[in-house]
Amino acid sequence: MTAGLVHIPMEVDAPLRSVSDPEIPVLSILDMGVVRAVELVGKQVHVKITPTYSGCPAMDMIAAEIKMALDMAGFNSEVELVLSPAWTTDWLTPEGRRKLEEYGIAAPLEDSADKLALMGQSRMVECPHCESKNTRMVSQFGSTACKALFQCNDCLEPFDYFKCLK
Amino acid sequence: MQEKIQQYALMLGDSPLILGHRLSELCGHGPSLETDMALTNISLDLLGQVRHYFQYVAKLKGDGTTEDDLAFLRYEPDYHNLLLTEQPNTDFAFIIGRQFLFDAYHLPLLEQLMESRDEQLAAIATKSIKEVRYHLRFSSEWVKRLGAGTEESHRRMQKAINALWHFTPELFEETELERAMKEAGFGADLEKVKVQYDQTIQEVMQAANLQLPAETHPQFGGKKGIHSEQLGFILADLQYMQRAYPNMTW
Repeated sequence: MTAGLVHIPMEVDAPLRSVSDPEIPVLSILDMGVVRAVELVGKQVHVKITPTYSGCPAMDMIAAEIKMALDMAGFNSEVELVLSPAWTTDWLTPEGRRKLEEYGIAAPLEDSADKLALMGQSRMVECPHCESKNTRMVSQFGSTACKALFQCNDCLEPFDYFKCLK
Repeated sequence: MQEKIQQYALMLGDSPLILGHRLSELCGHGPSLETDMALTNISLDLLGQVRHYFQYVAKLKGDGTTEDDLAFLRYEPDYHNLLLTEQPNTDFAFIIGRQFLFDAYHLPLLEQLMESRDEQLAAIATKSIKEVRYHLRFSSEWVKRLGAGTEESHRRMQKAINALWHFTPELFEETELERAMKEAGFGADLEKVKVQYDQTIQEVMQAANLQLPAETHPQFGGKKGIHSEQLGFILADLQYMQRAYPNMTW
């Protein structure tokens, strides 16, 4: 999705990359697609971020951490929350999906497969621990707004599944 | 027109605020861990949506009013939420029934608002609808599970629908403000919302083996600030901290 690509000026890439979602610390906000635009003029940076879910309590903290990271790198920054276009799991980068899996969270499936999996009608979500697809949906709503709870029927481990959001 | 958009956005935020509060009361009290998490997740989504509406209203007002002032410092007649949303948590069938009726209305309402000429209202609706699809899926599955479940779950689900039904005509009662917003291309057309709502209700009721009650004694008032006795108790809870310790923050 081209809408997912955001140009990040090289000078601020490292400080922005250092900020992660407090709920999923392995995932940089750049890998999540939460940063929508960055304008750099001299030492002044204007960053636009968008929430994953409306009620995501991490957004205020992410905004504060962006300011802090940029401040420490010697920039003045302003962070603006934008709602449109609305965030979609398509904006997770391949790197982000890989990190999610490594962390033990199954990455989102495509829209139609996601619906079937969440209705408990198909076994397509792969266990991030043992890679078995013999898994079952435990709860459509999980530990945070963006996740559902699954369990693997083979290794018996419970795990989170990052829900598809289109 | 600017003032009408403020009032309209405030009204749109009031129903998810009050329902979100009702659902938050269930935190730690859900009948099972999974339903507890689901209902509080839905609460969080709704309260997040409210923040978008109220932040927008605060920005339009431009007089220093904050989203918190709008949530915590108004009086009962200033809230224009639907009566349905303030009904108390009794048994699980009732909670699910209230949620289902609201979700079945909320989804087509947001579909209409996505087309609003007001860019920010359209953006909020486009964002929120992704979450509301999950809500409706959850609540309609539970209505079916309870309705077509055991004799006891069927009896309770039917009883809940019967008790809540007289709050539903209000969903489609068009106030002067709503008419003005619709005509200006900013607001939802409730007649169109109702077509989709009726279809959802019919499908789910049929699959759940439930009967729609004959409409009796419809209750109106919430949208005009005339509430049931429930709202006062909710506000006492919701506003206590701000009233007792003005301007307190976390």
